[in-house]
Amino acid sequence: MKKTFMNNFFYFFKTPPEHIRRPYRYVRMRRSIAFLFMVITIVPLTIMAGINYHQYRESLKKEITTPVFSLVNDIRYAFEIFIEERLSTIRFISNAYSDEDLKNPDTLKKIFRALKHEFDGFVDIGMINSSGILESYAGPYSLLGKDYSQQDSFKEVKVRGSYISDVFLGFRKFPHIIYAVERMTDDGKSWYLRATIDTKKYEELVNSIELGIESDAFLVNKDKILQTSSRYYGKILEKCTLDIPDVVNGTFVKELKDPSGKEVIAGFSNVHSDYIFVLVKPKSVILKSWYTLKSEMFFILGVSIIIIVIASIRLSNLVTNRIKTADERRETALKELQHTQKLSSIGRLAAGVAHEINNPLAIINEKAGLMNDIISFSKDFELKDEFLKHNQSIINSVSRCRSITHRLLGFARRFDINFEKLDVNSIVKEVLGFLEKEASYRQVELVLNLNPELPQVFSDKGQVQQVFLNLLTNAMAAVENGGKIEITSYYISDKKMVGIDFKDNGYGMSEDVKKHIFDPFFTTKQGKGTGLGLSITYGIVKKLKGKISFESRENLGTTFTILLPEEETYESMSEEE
Amino acid sequence: MNKKILLVDDEHEFVQTLAQRLKLRGYEVSTALSGEDCLEIFSSNPFDLVVLDLMMPGMSGLEVLAGLKRLEKSIPVILLTGHGSTKEGMEGMKLGAADYLMKPLDINQLTEKMEEILK
Repeated sequence: MKKTFMNNFFYFFKTPPEHIRRPYRYVRMRRSIAFLFMVITIVPLTIMAGINYHQYRESLKKEITTPVFSLVNDIRYAFEIFIEERLSTIRFISNAYSDEDLKNPDTLKKIFRALKHEFDGFVDIGMINSSGILESYAGPYSLLGKDYSQQDSFKEVKVRGSYISDVFLGFRKFPHIIYAVERMTDDGKSWYLRATIDTKKYEELVNSIELGIESDAFLVNKDKILQTSSRYYGKILEKCTLDIPDVVNGTFVKELKDPSGKEVIAGFSNVHSDYIFVLVKPKSVILKSWYTLKSEMFFILGVSIIIIVIASIRLSNLVTNRIKTADERRETALKELQHTQKLSSIGRLAAGVAHEINNPLAIINEKAGLMNDIISFSKDFELKDEFLKHNQSIINSVSRCRSITHRLLGFARRFDINFEKLDVNSIVKEVLGFLEKEASYRQVELVLNLNPELPQVFSDKGQVQQVFLNLLTNAMAAVENGGKIEITSYYISDKKMVGIDFKDNGYGMSEDVKKHIFDPFFTTKQGKGTGLGLSITYGIVKKLKGKISFESRENLGTTFTILLPEEETYESMSEEE
Repeated sequence: MNKKILLVDDEHEFVQTLAQRLKLRGYEVSTALSGEDCLEIFSSNPFDLVVLDLMMPGMSGLEVLAGLKRLEKSIPVILLTGHGSTKEGMEGMKLGAADYLMKPLDINQLTEKMEEILK
């Protein structure tokens, strides 16, 4: 899957065959470049944003839970101090006074007045004897003689020595709690000091927290019965609707969903092992800044992505247009080269014809001239002037032909060879530039073994280019996709020649084909070739005073060797003419 | 005393006809059909001037010219070229040729040049 994608991807950068070329080629290239740019920018950006988002959320969560935790802890201490304060007061009274003192209603009333003066919330105080009968009482109700022996509070205080009740309405029909401690008389009888405390004080403590909007704080007992009123999770003395953990040890903060489905952060704390203090804050409120930040982050990410997309499209357009221009320029250059080569072929043909005609023309000219001479030097005879006149017209016609052949030769001279010092290696590279795209598309491997210390040759650049181009085009046509073309340059010092081998591993040539490859109009590319390529190449190499040879084995490949002279030479000049 | 001319061209007809015409104009003309012939004849006979075609099979005109100059540095040589191109002519001038003319020739032009050189 991945491989196919990569292949498809790189496919865009290769030259596809002619039939799917322009404009699709560039459209696809444009798309793939834009896609590439987007992938390499948006993916890391998104990953970064994701990591940031996660980390920030984590640290923010800590920042939020920490104050909830400490607030819950503070309130718990406040409760514990409140409860302990009152319990120790009751204990102090029970220790400071004997049961006899407390049986005296005046003493008890005095103590009660002092209590009310010093501490908030004391409703009444009473003394219960060992059989559970209220023996002495100070407070607003007439409870004297009431039997508490069957009440839980009485049973528990007997076991634990002290007791804190849940909030209850009791006889008085308003929420209150009872604190009780047990004491012994000198003769070993138990008696109990019992005080009722208004839970208004609990409410006040809870309310002392500055609760934000949608927040809640309350106290529940172990059975999750609300001990103070709650804003959202039930009335006092009703079961709390919030899901409170069964076991609460110390203080902890938890994220949970309340019965209405709202996400909340709740802090729980154990108060005096009898109550659980609960603080509830809705996430949405706490996380308001987080949500703002989150939406800002998404906004910035979104804007960045839009900018990246626009920039990628622009950039890919720019790059594609550049490539397109370069391609067009390359094609124009190739066309120009081909055009020049066509013209130079015509020129060569014209020069050949003119040259061949020139020789017999020279003979005609001399013969007619000689006739003229003979007639002129001989004595007058009949029709002498007539002969001279006709002969002169032959000479004039030859002169006309001469001007035609010279004009033809003049045309050919425009494509004449201009010998100069040339670096063969750089010409090889230049010519390869025309074929590299096709090679990369067809995955033809181009191997260059160029000798960097090659001496310069004395030759014509355009002609050498054409020779190389012809041989390389043939090699490209001969190899299969994925084939190999090897170009080697070397110096033959004893011949003072530079050699260039063009070796392909294509289908090679049969013995029959080998005999004819330099013949004009001989082609193996049915319908596609003119059959002039190698014949022209042959002609050019001869003209450049070079040598061309080849070796070929069917299905194994062909190697063409070109030798070009290093220095100016007159050798074999006439051979060609 | 007639001037001795050596005429070199591979075209037999051309050489013979031109030789005849020059003889009619009072020159003593020998002919050679190749560069090798030319050098052989030249080395055993004295000449006042050589008319040499540049394009011949075997030794090229420029090589023959070089050979002639080696044998007798001062020998004047008029080159003939059928190529229409002045390039070979210029090359010949560099190698010491007196002048060059294009084929087909104008006989008057040739004799004028010869006279000028032989003066």
